Formats: sequence, structure tokens, C-alpha cells
Amino acid sequence: MSQILDEDQRIIEFDVRTDEMLVNMGPQHPSTHGVLRLVLRTDGEIVSEMEPHIGYLHRCAEKIGENLTARQWIPYTDRMDYLAAMNMNLGWALAVEKLLRYQVSEKARHLRVLITELNRIASHLVGMGAYGLDLGTFSPFLYAFREREKLLDLFEEVCGARLTYSYITVGGMTADLPPGWLQRCEAFLDQFEPVIREYHTLLTTNAIFVKRTANIGVLSPEMAIDYGCTGPVLRGSGVDIDLRRDGESIYTAMYDGYAFEVAVMKNGHYPRDHEYPAVPKDAVLGDCWHRFFVRMLEVVQSMDLVRQSIDRYSQCKGPLGEPLKLAEKLPAGDAYLETECPKGQMGFYLVSDGTSIPWRVRARSSAFSNLAVSPELCRGCLIADVPAVIGSLDVVMGEIDR
Amino acid sequence: MRGTDFISELEAAIEGAVIGRNLETLDPWLEISPDKLLETCRWLKESCEIRFDGLQCITAIDWLETDSKKAAKVDWEPHTEIVYHLWSTKARASLVLKVKLPRWKDNQPGQLPEVSSVESVWRGADWHEREVFDLSGIQFLGHPDLRRILCPEDWEGHPLRKDYEMPLEYHGIRGR
Repeated sequence: MSQILDEDQRIIEFDVRTDEMLVNMGPQHPSTHGVLRLVLRTDGEIVSEMEPHIGYLHRCAEKIGENLTARQWIPYTDRMDYLAAMNMNLGWALAVEKLLRYQVSEKARHLRVLITELNRIASHLVGMGAYGLDLGTFSPFLYAFREREKLLDLFEEVCGARLTYSYITVGGMTADLPPGWLQRCEAFLDQFEPVIREYHTLLTTNAIFVKRTANIGVLSPEMAIDYGCTGPVLRGSGVDIDLRRDGESIYTAMYDGYAFEVAVMKNGHYPRDHEYPAVPKDAVLGDCWHRFFVRMLEVVQSMDLVRQSIDRYSQCKGPLGEPLKLAEKLPAGDAYLETECPKGQMGFYLVSDGTSIPWRVRARSSAFSNLAVSPELCRGCLIADVPAVIGSLDVVMGEIDR
Repeated sequence: MRGTDFISELEAAIEGAVIGRNLETLDPWLEISPDKLLETCRWLKESCEIRFDGLQCITAIDWLETDSKKAAKVDWEPHTEIVYHLWSTKARASLVLKVKLPRWKDNQPGQLPEVSSVESVWRGADWHEREVFDLSGIQFLGHPDLRRILCPEDWEGHPLRKDYEMPLEYHGIRGR
């Protein structure tokens, strides 16, 4: 008896076999980040097959885009990844600017870096907090939302909205920053920096959290690339790609002269630009823990970038520039552009026949491809690990269903 | 895109694959003959020096002008275009493939046009092809599980086609 108790609890669970059963998770399951339905084929506690059913949030965004001018479609991009609407706005605005061969002013470029990196922090905070919820701990969620609230207050001051900003638009920004905003933003960063240590204590190094995430849902780099996974999911598997450094020039030009290191494990080490907790010995590259950790590193990285962009923005003397006309005529042709959004590489494709209304718009969702790999990750895992795997992919259904 | 040598290699390896090109535009593209698509994709992923190991996006564009006044002025015949956006992790380079299909197979309205599936080359194509089938109505031959993904299973029509009309009624819900 004592020998059995010494054994790993999971071995016992894997031993219990019963009849095969189909279990329906969702579509309103709170741990699935929106309306996602998973159908599990289970044998006892073991999941032999998992199939996601999506489309519950499909709002025909692409069809709507064929009836609006390019700038009018900006609010629809807000509603894709509603946790990082600034990044969505930027992706579409840059794709249209690419087709127009239009370059925004230097000041607008720095402001775009500033605001999208802040939104990346907000998005990763939700990702982190909700991941805690998925695994059954409530406190990190409250800690994360406490700080996110302050970020949303900053966004509200800038554009009047807390979630669907439409702040970045084709040809620039809808407005400049209000007076005194930069000081308030810096005050937030100073206050936020020590809080990250709390997050690491609550989750990253927490023994239970590590047990629930380390060596679970291991995604190999080859499979990640094969499925088109991007962003923290890809970097969590040790693939060194970040479009802010490797993307197209119209996007990387925004980050010219900014110092940042891509958050990825290289030669067995994560970047050492700050003090981070050590990788637990159970963790395997590509597992849930690493995907989570990459996001935590990106929060710190984004804070550095925000600080740099505040300096640059305040040094810029020139005007911010006006956005393009609402019904700006587009040249005939097509343009595709991917940007590094918090969830991964979000691509926008625009086909024009020469009028101001695009002939076809297409949104390539990062979370769509990231979720597509989940059946592979869940094969053979325990039922309790399914939310751990899905949560580690940090999917947002608004972006998947569009 | 850096280096275009691989295009001549592709032409030598698979005869008649490349039937059009524009390398001067924003996103350089190659037009691929529909019957050589699968072969070409496999070559680009496995044999090409720049290994295009990532498939980022599949888009179908319905070229049909429904307004008869405007239709008289356009310089193209109605057709469907499928656009593949490829990406190479190693070279950090991208490539666009375009395939032209008729809007309906054998010009029989209701018969979906067919093209081979590239799911066997890139696993990620699975869901993308399902989406294109669902919204634009393209039949991908050789796809393991081609069914609707975003719309309900019993939905009728393919909404991203230009001549699509919303159903009047769907399970008691008014459509228009």
C-alpha cells in the first residue's frame, strides 16, 4: 500500500479505465475564454480525442468590410481581439497604409508603439489572471484586474472607450494625448513594476501552479510551425520569431532604435535583461508553463518599450498629423500585412478594385491557428488538463470567429 | 522577398506550374496552375532552398460584379481566386501563391469549384480550408474532414460570395 501511495498520483489515474464517453464542455464554460465548445471523447479520466467547435461569435466581419470604407472598418477590428483592440486597430491601419504606400509622422509612430505596448500589458494581464481561474485559483485574477483597471483608465482618457478604442486609425491617430497623460502613465509604470514580483509568487513559482502546467501539453517547434502557431505559443516552444524584429519593414520601422530582446529560450536561457524566477526543473520547453512564462516576460519587455517610447514621443517636435479622409480612395491592388499582437501574428489582407470600398477584406486570426493545434495537445491528457492547455494558448473567441 | 532564383528552379522541377507572376508589386506573387498546386506546395515546403514551412492564410476572392452597369466596364471575367500566404521561418521571407478557378464547376451554378487540398503539406491548412469552404464555397479535394466551421452545419449558401443572399428565415429567425 505504501508503495502505491509513493507513486505519482497520475499513474493511478491513468490506470482507471471505464467505458468510452462523449463529454461536452461549453459553449458557456467559464474556463474557455468565450463561447467555445469542446467535445471530448473520454475513457475514465483520459481524453482520447478532443474537438473544438467554434463559430458561436461569428459576426461576418469580413462581409461587413466589403460594404464600408477602409477607415469605417476600424471599429470592427476592435471587436476581434477585444482584449487588445489597439493592436487590432494598428494591424488594419498599417495594412491599408501599406496599400496606400503612406507613412505616418514620426510622432505618430512613437505614439503607436506606446499605446500598443500598453495594450499588450493589459492583454497579458487578462491572459495571466484568467489562466489562474482556469486552474482554480481566484486571487491572481483579482490582482491582474486591479492593475488592468488602471490601464483601462489611461485608455479611457485617451479615446473615451475602455474596450473598443478605435484610437489608432488609417493615417495616424484620432487624437493626441491629453495634457498630463504621460506623467500618469509613468506613475502607473513605477507603481506596476514591483507588482510583477507578486504575480511570480502567486503563479510562476507556485508549486501547485507548476504541477498543473509543467510538462503538460508539450508543443514541439515543428508542430507549432506546421499548424501556423504564432506569438507566445510559438516562442514558448523555443522558436525565435517576433515580427517586431522580423516582420515587414513598414511594421519594424516603428521599432527602429528601440532596444528589446525577444522573449524566447535560447541556449537554455531566457533573456537576462531583468531578474526573473528560475525555470522549474519539471518544465519542458513547449509546455503550458513556458507559454505562460513567455507572456510574463513580455509584460516586462513591453514596460521597457513603453518607457522608451515615452522618451521618444516627448522629444518629437513635429506635428502628430491628421488621419486620412473617411472615404480615401484606395489604389487597385492588394496588400497583406501581419503584425505581432499579444495573441500572435494577426494578418490583414486587403484587396481593392480602385474605389474607396475594399473589394475583399480578410482577417487572419492568430488565435484561430493557435486553437487548431489544441486537439493534438489534448490527446491522451487528463480531463482536468484540458482547461490548462486551452488556457495556456490564451485564445479570444472574438478573434477566432470574427 | 529576397532572391528569386528559386522560381526558375521551381519551373524546372515542375513544368507548367507557374503560369503568371508579378514580382514588382507590394507582395510578390506567383500564379499557379490549379492542377499543379499540391505538387508545387510540397516542393516549396520540402525541396526549395528557402523552405516555406508556414502557411499563414488562405483567402478566396469572388470576382463577380453584381451591378450590371459596372459589370460592363470591368476588364475581367467572373472567377474565383484563391490566395495562399506562405512564410519561411528560416529565411523570414514570405511568398504569395494565387490560383484561379471558375466560379462554378463546369459553369453549372450550384456546383462548387474544386481544387486540391494542401492539408497534407501544412497541417494548419485544415481549418483554413474548412473556413474557405464554409464562407466562399470551394471544394478542397483530399481534405480529411471538409465541413462548415463558422456557420451552423445546416446553413445554406456561402456568405462571402458576391451573389449571396441572406435566407429569409432560419429556424424561425427572420433573416432580412
